[in-house]
Amino acid sequence: MEVDGLCSLALREFGCEQNLLSRPDGSASFVQGDSSVLAGVYGPAEVKISKEIYDRATMEVVIQPKVGLPGVRERAREQCVRETCEAALLSSLHPRSSLSLVLQVVHDDGSLLSCCLNAACMALMDAGLPMGCLFCGVTCAIDPEGRLITDPTARQEQNSRAVMTFAIDSAQHRVMMSSTKGSFSLDELQQCIAVSQRASEKIFHFYRESVRRRYSKTL
Amino acid sequence: MLAGENMLRSFKDEIGHVLLPGDAFLFDLPATDCKPGKVICGPGLRRNGDVILVCKSGILRHKMPNLFWIDAQQRRYVPAKGESVIGIVTGKSVNVFKVDVGGSEQASLSYLAFEGATKRNRPNVQVGDLVHGQFTIANKDMEPELVCVDGGGRASGMGVFGTGGLLFKVSLGLSRRLLAPHSEVVKDLEGLFPFEMVAGMNGRVWVKAQSMQQTVVVASLLESCENMSAPQRKVLFRRAAARGGS
Repeated sequence: MEVDGLCSLALREFGCEQNLLSRPDGSASFVQGDSSVLAGVYGPAEVKISKEIYDRATMEVVIQPKVGLPGVRERAREQCVRETCEAALLSSLHPRSSLSLVLQVVHDDGSLLSCCLNAACMALMDAGLPMGCLFCGVTCAIDPEGRLITDPTARQEQNSRAVMTFAIDSAQHRVMMSSTKGSFSLDELQQCIAVSQRASEKIFHFYRESVRRRYSKTL
Repeated sequence: MLAGENMLRSFKDEIGHVLLPGDAFLFDLPATDCKPGKVICGPGLRRNGDVILVCKSGILRHKMPNLFWIDAQQRRYVPAKGESVIGIVTGKSVNVFKVDVGGSEQASLSYLAFEGATKRNRPNVQVGDLVHGQFTIANKDMEPELVCVDGGGRASGMGVFGTGGLLFKVSLGLSRRLLAPHSEVVKDLEGLFPFEMVAGMNGRVWVKAQSMQQTVVVASLLESCENMSAPQRKVLFRRAAARGGS
């Protein structure tokens, strides 16, 4: 898909750390510019009989906002993260078990859902859960002049007429999940998807470098 | 066509490198072989026809002649047949004990699975005791089952133990290193004061020394030597031995 020169593929600086919490089986912290999310994974653990699924693991996601109690907005984000994780994990290897993912928002400066997705993926990798592919989140915003901004800050999101978040998988760079807000045309949607797919390569490269750094002591 | 699509590279070139879930490899058989080559995929690898898929992040290891696996750092234990673990008895039922082994389900341990146990001669096991046993059944579809006897009916180190002492958790990698034959960590530990140790593959280690302080010293040494290199570990153990652990 041709992308016109008006879009900027500039992503904010990434930071990531794995295995930083002592209690969860896997944990990771992901920082995108000023947005920061901390993720913890517990599993495969015991599950209540009422919630168990006979052939797959039961996945639960909880997103804790920085201030206040979780509300409807968090529930919507939890659903997006949960569907993406269930598609990427090989949950049929752990039937009648539960996988719990807890995400704590440390600071929200835009692109929060994609930061949650990235932190979730690194935490699932850190816990050693079997995954079929990796996933990453990319957010695009369209400002009133029609320019495409990737990885917008909170101010850029407020001033834009559409904000879209896509979860992209690592195997075939296809869209696993999309969450959009605002009004946009079909052409703009396809442009955003193409730009997100290009941006996801940078994020996957960053994942690989982080994991390589983590294992560098034992190599 | 997007750049960055996964190219199927040669599998053997990646031995000793870090791999991520989703990486796919085509296993190439040497052209001169008339027999079909066999590849044994260990933990972290899955086969999909001719393609080998990586499903955990870690370092690819190889053992001659054809065994490959991913060496991953993990904390959660998943029961596997034949592994010996330390469990905590959580309940008694009609003919079985319920044992917590740290997995997603509690394991069952039959009353008769101890050395010298018969229907008249019940083993003396209470709720809260520590048992060291082996898995006879451990797969994703069934409840895991433990026994405290080996194939010949002898205890061979398994059974109830642990009056006194301290049980603590380490990561799975460290417990595998402790249980490996000719383990470096165990050799370094032998240089300290005398103590008893039982290690399970589920990351649980039980330690008992002559005094409470020595027990706690050994426990904290093992918990902290997780991420250290061999020279750092030797220095730490030598310092602890010099202080004597009074």
